[in-house]
Amino acid sequence: MKSQASTAPETESPGLPLFRSWRAIYVLVLVSFVLWVALLIALTEMYS
Amino acid sequence: MSPLDFVVLIGSMLGIAGYGIWQTRGRRDLSAYLKGGHTPWFAIGLSVMATQASAVTFLSTPGQGYADGLGFVQVYFGVPLALLIIAIFFLPIFRRLNVFTAYEFLGRRFDTKTRLLGAALFLVQRGLGAGLTIYAPAIVLTTVFGWPLDLTIICSGLLVIIYTVAGGNDAVTVTQKYQLGIIFAGMLTAFGLLLAKLPAGLTGSDTLTLAGGFQKLHAVNFSTSLHERYTVWSGLLGGTFLMLSYFGTDQSQVQRYLSGASLREGRLGLMFNAVCKIPMQFCILFLGVLIFVFYQFEPAPLFFNPVSTRVLADQGNAQKAQAYENDFNRTQAEKQQQLRAWIAARHSGDRIAANDAFAAAAQAQRQGEQIRQAAGRELSAKNHGTTGNEADYVFITFILHQLPHGIIGLLVAAFFAATFSSKAAELNALSSSTTIDFYRHLIRRDATDAACVKASKWFTAFWGVVAIGFALNAHLVENLIQAVNILGSIFYGVMLGLFVVAFFLRHVGGTAVFWAALAAQTLVFVLFCELTISYLWFPLIGCAACVALSCVLQLFLGADGERGKLAAT
Repeated sequence: MKSQASTAPETESPGLPLFRSWRAIYVLVLVSFVLWVALLIALTEMYS
Repeated sequence: MSPLDFVVLIGSMLGIAGYGIWQTRGRRDLSAYLKGGHTPWFAIGLSVMATQASAVTFLSTPGQGYADGLGFVQVYFGVPLALLIIAIFFLPIFRRLNVFTAYEFLGRRFDTKTRLLGAALFLVQRGLGAGLTIYAPAIVLTTVFGWPLDLTIICSGLLVIIYTVAGGNDAVTVTQKYQLGIIFAGMLTAFGLLLAKLPAGLTGSDTLTLAGGFQKLHAVNFSTSLHERYTVWSGLLGGTFLMLSYFGTDQSQVQRYLSGASLREGRLGLMFNAVCKIPMQFCILFLGVLIFVFYQFEPAPLFFNPVSTRVLADQGNAQKAQAYENDFNRTQAEKQQQLRAWIAARHSGDRIAANDAFAAAAQAQRQGEQIRQAAGRELSAKNHGTTGNEADYVFITFILHQLPHGIIGLLVAAFFAATFSSKAAELNALSSSTTIDFYRHLIRRDATDAACVKASKWFTAFWGVVAIGFALNAHLVENLIQAVNILGSIFYGVMLGLFVVAFFLRHVGGTAVFWAALAAQTLVFVLFCELTISYLWFPLIGCAACVALSCVLQLFLGADGERGKLAAT
């Protein structure tokens, strides 16, 4: 099972403009998450 | 509701259902019926979103924002992380094994009893959840509009059953796209009209300052107390486990992203949700915050639930009820006067006068809340707390009293659309699991595809009737959206534990994980009854207990020859 879990097939391209690899997509997800959390922290700090 | 509202409501609901049936007519093949055709990634993304976002999301969440502010958004902090894990680890394996259900994978990895345990846990919790999905909006809408509750539940339930039975998985996906369109159109319209209804002199900065002054913009809480329901930590840790369990092991979601033509479609659909879920929940909560701001300048009712007001007056103490009402209205008028003075002082740059006016407004708000709470306690004592949670009625009250006809119909249609989209996916998943994991695996191993499709249609109808039956007898004690999440949190942890062991602990076999899962589920039940910690922690506890007990039991069982079946192939 370990081999199955650790060798997720990355060969198929996402096929989206600007995002040519899955790694780029995952980074986008993480960056957007961090930005939203930062925005919420800023909102809390500024208006509470 | 006016005739125009009914035309919008009934026309859109019947139109979408009819279109779904027509588009998916003639599905005879088992794979096409249960898995769907070649759904593109964007449709998968919308389908995953529509399945999770039931009517309570749109009906109850603004009420959460109104009452408690933005803190509830922390529950969704786990979504991006959970979806990343599923896209990277879970989805490729599900697709490679070409399974119909997530529990089929457990059978291949472990054994039949573990597969059936996973499927049974899903059927129990999702079967109950499907009832809640249909009951929750029905109780709110019938209370407000005075419709007969039982008839509303039965009619809406039957419509979902009809198109889900007719078209299977594709009907669910096709209808969800248009249902989500109705939902977003309704919510955006409400948002726009609400902004237009705020007082003319109130700027964006005033709005945020006012909401923040009443603690409605407290979105993140770094407290480490386990008893606080929504914190950054419970959202990140507990929320990740809850969402990992829901998206990764609940067949109603697994079936959505397995319907793509390739791994790419499913992955992109999940990533779409990973990016959009937090902003979407934030916007819905923020809508509730704006409704709070709106009611600072307009007369708010003592109770948003009309039954509460009626019951309080009907208890043979109409004078006391009127006294509560009068006192509450007096504090409202005082607050409005002070807030208008606050705006004027703020705009003229007189900070001292602005601070004084806001402090007086806050004092009037506190007094108003105390009166509301006192009336609520009296009502609860007389009525045994059966009038429901106030927060669930905030948004629908705003819609009914502040929005024009036609738009009211659109928003009620949005609530029903959300109910249908979730319930259809749930029924489809319940039917798939019953057909694949029980009927074809235990009862009729030689069943043809045609027989399985026929059985699946009967199981869809069966689970639909079960959901309607549960909804007709449901009694809620908590805020609706919390009740849905709490129910899931009790079962999801152990289900996730089964999959974590399957994916990552290849030395553990079926017997060990089976008994560990049973013990862990018992532990979660006991802890749920005994502890007062946030429900977000239970998926983590259930998963950790299942994984740890599996390892310990495997040590005692030793190499029993059945472990890691799939790993050896």
